[in-house]
Amino acid sequence: MNIFVFVKRVPDTESKIKIAHNEARIIEEGLNFVLNPYDEYAVEEALQIREAKGGTVTVVSVGSDAATTILKKCLAMGADEAVLIKDDNPESYDGLRTARIIVQFLKNKAGDYDLLLFGKQSVGADNAQIPAMVAELMDLPQGNVVTSLEIEGSKGSVLREIEGASEKISFPLPAVVSAQKGLNEPRYETLKGIMAAKKKEIPVISLEELGLDKEAIKPQISVLKMESPPERQAGRKIEGEPQDLAKQLVQFLHEEAKVI
Amino acid sequence: MILVFMEHREGKVKKSSLETLSEGKRRADELGLEVCAVLIGHEVDNLASETLPYGAAKVFVLENSLLSRYSSSGYAQALFTLAEEVKPKILLFSATAMGKDLAPRCAAKMGVSMASECTGTAVQNGSLTFIRPIYAGKAFITVGLSGIPQVATLRPNVFPLVEAQQNGGEIVKKEVAIGENQIKAQLEEIVRQEGSELDVTEAEIIISGGRGMKGAENFDLLRDLSKLLPHSAVGASRSAVDSGWIDHQHQVGQTGKTVSPNLYLAIGISGAIQHLAGMSSSKKIVAVNKDHEAPIFKVADFGVVGDLFQILPPFKEELKKVLSE
Repeated sequence: MNIFVFVKRVPDTESKIKIAHNEARIIEEGLNFVLNPYDEYAVEEALQIREAKGGTVTVVSVGSDAATTILKKCLAMGADEAVLIKDDNPESYDGLRTARIIVQFLKNKAGDYDLLLFGKQSVGADNAQIPAMVAELMDLPQGNVVTSLEIEGSKGSVLREIEGASEKISFPLPAVVSAQKGLNEPRYETLKGIMAAKKKEIPVISLEELGLDKEAIKPQISVLKMESPPERQAGRKIEGEPQDLAKQLVQFLHEEAKVI
Repeated sequence: MILVFMEHREGKVKKSSLETLSEGKRRADELGLEVCAVLIGHEVDNLASETLPYGAAKVFVLENSLLSRYSSSGYAQALFTLAEEVKPKILLFSATAMGKDLAPRCAAKMGVSMASECTGTAVQNGSLTFIRPIYAGKAFITVGLSGIPQVATLRPNVFPLVEAQQNGGEIVKKEVAIGENQIKAQLEEIVRQEGSELDVTEAEIIISGGRGMKGAENFDLLRDLSKLLPHSAVGASRSAVDSGWIDHQHQVGQTGKTVSPNLYLAIGISGAIQHLAGMSSSKKIVAVNKDHEAPIFKVADFGVVGDLFQILPPFKEELKKVLSE
């Protein structure tokens, strides 16, 4: 099995997001960046499949040099190879743009593959677009938001999370699969892994090398404005006897909030 | 034309699709366009009449026996074929599991970028802009889309329904050509969870439990409340999920689901920043927590300081009284 996993560097979920309003971008200084949590499940799944069936796991990130740290983490977890597709452009929130870069990589640089794994979305842009877009542009089957993946010969089957249930989907390989929390329990890096990852060379591919000129990667999305969410006002707070508290709470829901 | 994809499950059009159609109708009126709806499947024309009263000038019904079950590639092909013919300026989906799976596949097929999970739309200088949360709601962006059609998914439970009325729209049935090779993946079956509770993203009321619940068995307290309240669901914080007390499907927050119910009841949830991001667009928030300094109280419209295990039993009884009135 030849598996590619696509990963992204994102601010960790504990981050407070501050905004540079005139430039419609977030202020990155002071944020702690990590491997996108959903991508961790994708990497773990790839490693488990390789351990069961052999093959290679290659992790790929589209981003600036800073993405090297998350690629190193994936190598330390046990990935065989890592590739950085260097893109110094600021976050565009345009999923198709990134999907096109990945597709160009797959067509020109990747060779053969059986499985393309992604996190179901990045925490940040929250687009959840790229796996389905890559699947469409490469004419492949897709299984998105999966909590279970099984490979039998040249076939895959997944459980995909939907509202209050799961869809069981089967498809021939190669295919695109995106990971949801619950798929597995990602492993920690080992010391040996970290040492090996340090020494490992990470090839860097430029957008030009992929044959993408400025026009091809121009975003079709323009960010007109970026704002903080409206601040909520703290309301009333009550203390006292449980019986009385319960009564007041129901009264609030019924008479003031009118939700019950 | 604004074209709206109508999702149906188990012989019913989804309410969130009707919400999306309603928003389409409002913006179409402003832009001087008509709004049309599209249903895909096999023997689904009876659903078209459910859709018409929400302002659709036409409801396209795309029929093919290969589309009797949802298929991202098959549905994308059907929508693409229709779009080639009717050339919509805007194509909208509800951001449900299906909408989020299908819309990007469709957008890529059409060669256009899209906006995900929008919570607002607006007309600016004669074109539509989209407002959407990023970082699970820690920030919001307003975006313009230069491709045609403009493709977006709209978050469920955010956009109000237009008043349904008979407006003489038209049902247009079309047989679409789909090759078997265009069904890339087969939907084998839908596996229901036991108990089959409502999903948090679809619920009008969410009763959510956190670390303060102390154990899996205590979530029954929340399930009991949920049974009393129509259109409600049980939610959870990340620490409750990571402790194995409840399935991840229920998790609200940045590595779970982002929700905007009419009422969010946070029970024993301290209010970590990644949790607040996922629920602070709820219309009303009520918190029960024994720590009167818990951050959740900063966003709660109504805060109850006390031991949840002492408060929930009388709360349930009081609730029953009011509901039976």
